[in-house]
Amino acid sequence: MTRSRLSVSYLAEGRRLHLGDGPIDLVIEANGEAEMIAVAHDAAIVRAATILDELCAELPLLRSASTGGITANSVVARRMQRAVARHARTIFITPMAAVAGSVAEEVLAAMCGAARLDRAWVNNGGDIALHLAEGASLTIGMVDRPDRPSLFGTIAIAAGDRVRGIATSGWRGRSFSLGIADAVSVLAVDAASADAAATAIANAVDLPGHSAIRRAAANTLDPQSDLGDRAVTVAVGHLALAEVARALDSGEERARDLADTGAIVAAAIHLQGVTRIVGGAAWQPIITEDDPSCRPNFLASPSASS
Amino acid sequence: MDRQPDRVRCDACPVMCYINPGRAGACDRYANDGGKLVRVDPHVIIQRTLDRGEAPVEFAAAGEWDGDILRRQDAPHFPFVTAIGAGTTYPDYKPAPFIVGAAIDGVDTVTVVTEGIFSYCGVKVKIDTDRHLGPERNLVRAEGEPVGHVTTGEYGSQMLSLGGVHHLTGSGKKTGKITCETLLALSNGKPVELAVDDGATLIVQANAAPVINGVREDRMRVGCGSATIGMFARQWYGLADEVVVVDDHITGVLSEHQAGKLLGAEATGIRIRGRRSTPGRYFEVAEPGTGWGGTDIDDPLAIVEGFDPKIARAGARLLMVSTTGEHAAYYELDDTLTPRECEMPAALRRTVDLIKENCEPALATVLFMGGAGGSLRAGVTENPVRLTQSVRRSLTRVTCGGAPVYLWPGGGITFMVDVSLLPENAFGSVPTPALVAPIEFTMSRADYAALGGHMDSLRPISEILARQERSGQEADGT
Repeated sequence: MTRSRLSVSYLAEGRRLHLGDGPIDLVIEANGEAEMIAVAHDAAIVRAATILDELCAELPLLRSASTGGITANSVVARRMQRAVARHARTIFITPMAAVAGSVAEEVLAAMCGAARLDRAWVNNGGDIALHLAEGASLTIGMVDRPDRPSLFGTIAIAAGDRVRGIATSGWRGRSFSLGIADAVSVLAVDAASADAAATAIANAVDLPGHSAIRRAAANTLDPQSDLGDRAVTVAVGHLALAEVARALDSGEERARDLADTGAIVAAAIHLQGVTRIVGGAAWQPIITEDDPSCRPNFLASPSASS
Repeated sequence: MDRQPDRVRCDACPVMCYINPGRAGACDRYANDGGKLVRVDPHVIIQRTLDRGEAPVEFAAAGEWDGDILRRQDAPHFPFVTAIGAGTTYPDYKPAPFIVGAAIDGVDTVTVVTEGIFSYCGVKVKIDTDRHLGPERNLVRAEGEPVGHVTTGEYGSQMLSLGGVHHLTGSGKKTGKITCETLLALSNGKPVELAVDDGATLIVQANAAPVINGVREDRMRVGCGSATIGMFARQWYGLADEVVVVDDHITGVLSEHQAGKLLGAEATGIRIRGRRSTPGRYFEVAEPGTGWGGTDIDDPLAIVEGFDPKIARAGARLLMVSTTGEHAAYYELDDTLTPRECEMPAALRRTVDLIKENCEPALATVLFMGGAGGSLRAGVTENPVRLTQSVRRSLTRVTCGGAPVYLWPGGGITFMVDVSLLPENAFGSVPTPALVAPIEFTMSRADYAALGGHMDSLRPISEILARQERSGQEADGT
């Protein structure tokens, strides 16, 4: 057998599995009987080892605008296409908008197929797929600044809730954004849907033509970007409160449409210290002293601590 | 894609990113630095206000440093940039990848952060066990390749010396590769299976209990059987007439032992198997094993031949205990002078617990040892020897992934560090084969300038921190 590129390690506390392969970066926890956890970890490692190769085999297709069709070969690629299809009717989107969530979901499915688990999650760089057996629940902590980690909010998700996927998108994140949201976090029935929806909502938070927003053609930054020559956000200057509200309005409208059709369960949209919540019984803000130097931009602690 | 002069194509994974100058690939781990592919893993920022229970690095007490820069660094909120993920610019005539300046309470401090490539490096492994792992000087093998040897034993521990330049680059390609993998795994806190020629097979992992011939070591013994008698004789006196501490090395007998004699203990007529050394001390009472006190016995009476009827008396109280307190039994002699097991009195039980309490957990511990050579120093300063001199004069503090190091006296900058104090996966390797370890030199800005530092490459710490921002969420699974 050739040596896998997959890097396999455990985080310092020895409980969470950390898998890495190129841009795939997974932090995994499984709860249940010890034997089951070991089986689940093995299943995750086996499954994760080949996903990147499967995706790269179809990369040109996955980087092209979605037409709503499900035409790819690999199961993860098909999941990506399915997750973005509903958005493709109204906006430009490529299957890459759902890649992180789709990978997380696939690895979680492999774990749950191999072992009986009380609870499990796969965190792919902030996009999280959840498994909750009957009676289980999970609390997600929200961190505003990775350099000053302190929880500013939590989300409690119980098995009875429909939520099994969480994703965050925004121009400060790892992928390019067409919008100016600092971060949009989405709860949905699965991680792939959450990922695609977070991208779509973050793109909608925008003030076209505003002078404080610097943009650049995506392919001048990354020659192979799936966004081609579309203008992506590279910096956002200070905005007046009314402007912030206007940008959030359009994001909120997109989020409500998605919530109404069941595409998402809830969303939290952050821009320059202001947060809008859609469908939000699940959100429990711990907030907050008003610290102007600390605009909650919803970045997480370095969960995949390297 | 058009070919542009400075664009690079990364082949680290099948995504095969084309990366523009100054940008990172899809993984954020590889980047184009002036037309050259470099690794840019996010820096591990250790901010001591993080009280997350995962804080991987402990800092040395302020007293270890004779200037006041370190104490100022210990102020809350001061982030310490480690070299983990900094990448390297080997050969090091270029400035180190990150040279970070930070003003702390008005004192300009400089941390030169680099990852050094160490061909001259190895690990020392201390294995807390009394078991015989193999004769001193015998080869230690991983996957059949010689990666080091058994070296001189230390207190309660067996020592292995692994790696070093001769195993890494001087003994053929396969040996070098396996040695490098072994060192890397041990340094990154992963378990490694080793076999000693004419000795034991081992699974060792930094800060974990060693597994020897398939058996996990639990606790270090409190001392040999004789030492145990010496330590606890006073506690036992009056509660038992005889105490035997069963030990594969030296079994101790209270009534005959000097410690018992001094307390006025009377002879009990007990006869112990094995070879008597000095009074109250017996060698070879049984074979080595995993039973009582590292012997192969499960019934402690197996080492008692009997009681001399001229001396022994019925009703005498006998405690038998192992050197770890994990095994203990209490007997009284019946009318035929045969020991009968009875319920142990609470006061004696407490002495057994005391032995247990004094036994430390058995661990394998790993010290990485490496030497910072001329070229690495050149990444820090244009006049390399001045860095060495500055370190010698304690003007420059050396750390490894933020962890304190022990600097070996003499020439060069040869240091040792406890790998368990570094963050996860702090070490890497290159095909040379050699290990890549983080190393930081911290000094005042004035001292840095004085030793010919790359002042033009200084960057404010805020700039490094700003690069850390990444989106995502942390699921709290507790």
